[in-house]
Amino acid sequence: MRKKLAITGNEAVAYAMKQINPDVVAAYPITPATEIVQIFSQYVADGEVNTEFVAVESEHSAMSATIGASAAGSRAMTATSSQGLALMFEMLYIASALRLPIVMPEVNRSLSAPINIHADHSDTMGARDCGWLQIYCENSQEAYDSLIQAVRIAEESLLPIMVTIDGFIISHAMEAVDTFDNKEVQNFIGKYKPAHPLLDIKHPITIGAIDFNDYYFEHKRSQIEAMNNVEPVILKINEEFKKSFGRGYGLFEEYMMQDAETAIVVIGSTAGTAKVAVDNLRKQGKKVGLLRLRVFRPFPAEKLSKALSHLKAVAVLDRSTGMNAYAGPVCTEVASSLYTHSDLPASQQAGKKPKILNYIYGLGGRDIFVEDIQKVYVDLENVAKGEKTEKLINYIGVRE
Amino acid sequence: MSDEKKGWKELPIGAILEAGTAKNYKTGDWRHIRPIWNKEKCIQCLRCWIYCPDSSIIIKDGKVDGIDLDHCKGCGICAAECPVKPVKAITMVSEKEIK
Amino acid sequence: MKNMVEIRWHGRGGQGAKTAALLFADSAMSAGKFIQAFPEYGPERMGAPVQSFDRLSNEPITLHCGITSPDIVAVLDPTLMATVDVTAGLSDGGVIIINTASSPAEMRKEMGLSGKKIFTIDASGISKETLGRDIPNTPMLGALVKVSGLLEIENVLEDTKKKLEKKFRTKPELIEGNILAIKRAYEEVKGE
Repeated sequence: MRKKLAITGNEAVAYAMKQINPDVVAAYPITPATEIVQIFSQYVADGEVNTEFVAVESEHSAMSATIGASAAGSRAMTATSSQGLALMFEMLYIASALRLPIVMPEVNRSLSAPINIHADHSDTMGARDCGWLQIYCENSQEAYDSLIQAVRIAEESLLPIMVTIDGFIISHAMEAVDTFDNKEVQNFIGKYKPAHPLLDIKHPITIGAIDFNDYYFEHKRSQIEAMNNVEPVILKINEEFKKSFGRGYGLFEEYMMQDAETAIVVIGSTAGTAKVAVDNLRKQGKKVGLLRLRVFRPFPAEKLSKALSHLKAVAVLDRSTGMNAYAGPVCTEVASSLYTHSDLPASQQAGKKPKILNYIYGLGGRDIFVEDIQKVYVDLENVAKGEKTEKLINYIGVRE
Repeated sequence: MSDEKKGWKELPIGAILEAGTAKNYKTGDWRHIRPIWNKEKCIQCLRCWIYCPDSSIIIKDGKVDGIDLDHCKGCGICAAECPVKPVKAITMVSEKEIK
Repeated sequence: MKNMVEIRWHGRGGQGAKTAALLFADSAMSAGKFIQAFPEYGPERMGAPVQSFDRLSNEPITLHCGITSPDIVAVLDPTLMATVDVTAGLSDGGVIIINTASSPAEMRKEMGLSGKKIFTIDASGISKETLGRDIPNTPMLGALVKVSGLLEIENVLEDTKKKLEKKFRTKPELIEGNILAIKRAYEEVKGE
């Protein structure tokens, strides 16, 4: 039966995991993702899932055991956050290079030091080049839906996927979530047919063998191609999802972008707050828009640049910092996509691109309000009018 | 050499190999000294088989039956461990002398 | 109902400020409202001042920032008011509900408040009588239902019962006690 539940982000994620009913979950609890593992282990104890739950001694072991389980041929999941993801780091690359369709909810939290348990995107942005797919969700509903989609996306593209929610802001906030019937979820994800299970003893294989300079590059090239091919898979599965459940999500969400002259690009829960800012400014007749980037890996460079290229000025909001004396990770990629994917011939390209500003915000859970975002639009308006931009990088809400 | 190697499109995904490929990787030409096994002197204690790091002592019906020279790298551990006295059942000989 | 109502709960870690916010939002959802409920994010600290929040609306809520100017403030522990400014951000027409045996007039004088609507309820007293312990969150919920006028008390009682049945599977006496506490507070809350 479909049910509307008043649940937190973590509860929504755990509930989706229950309905996915994976063969193996190996996990280690970490704030603010602890509840996901805790609630799921209760489902295991209550016999509500058939999952083999492996309690491990660290996140490195959690990912290692999940890789082992997935390689053996099972549908395997884990969940983590922050330092936990950091501890998994070396194993993340192995999961993706072995083409194992592991699905991992990730609750975005800052990285130490200083020690902090609150939301920012430093953790998953640090893992953005490890060959995993990344979907950043705005709210609990999207996290629930995306996790169900993620199973199909991972298994069709044979790449691991992390689905993220902002720590505490979403993970611990209660909202209404429309949930599906167990059977509907099972029908949508289908029976798992592993591509090359180790436990298929009639077809023995070797995985993870050493690969020197004679073959390593070819194997990486093949992995790159897998990432290149994911975008249509995500869109196709989203269409099927829409057909079954009446909801869907694109690679990114365009809010009031049609006639916008300036826009903000943002990922995660802040997009919801930014929508209110857009609504307020639209009432004042300002032509402002919002682009919420949802799929960060693969990075939808071509479509994104098309969606932004007509604008006069764009502000990219980053909830992490590149620590590169340049700009945040979302900004650098959005800016480079505009440069490399222009429709204009080279002779006309100069000066035709939207001006780009970067705003670093919300590190370590620093709250961001509607008024903060409206101020960014004021900056954009001035830049669009031709005012000189003083700074590429700006900070929202940090004390000078 | 390089034109015999496969391009990336021909490779199985996930860096998968068929099982047991080490067997096809002949390491015998790394060897500069070779173990010579003397069947008459051998007391079938199987110490050489236990110690050989390359599984190159051939066993047939539970007894030593020779040395797998396709994979033996000539480390000499078998000869060192052979307990037969005064002359060992396995002795190491330079590959030059064989030729 | 104004299009969006924002509520801030003040309590001490362990008093159930978070649970009260969640229960209220849950009932509001059943009544067809769009809802959000969230604690002041942080590690659990028994006894430390904590806050939790509710947002209720007739339209979908996309805001994901904290609440800084609530319409209603509910204070679970009156001793908090010595150290925490519970009226912060509360507008002149705002509502404050306090767990105390004092009358609204007495509290107004004690707090030196002009403007704002003050309501009082002896939630701790009710809790001690119905549950045998000082757990003021459910009686405060009853007072909030009455004062806010946002929800029907019958629906709240029904929803809360369902929620508590899940939480206290092995302690049915706590379910009855809590329900009685909500009812009594709904009837006994006074304001000016």
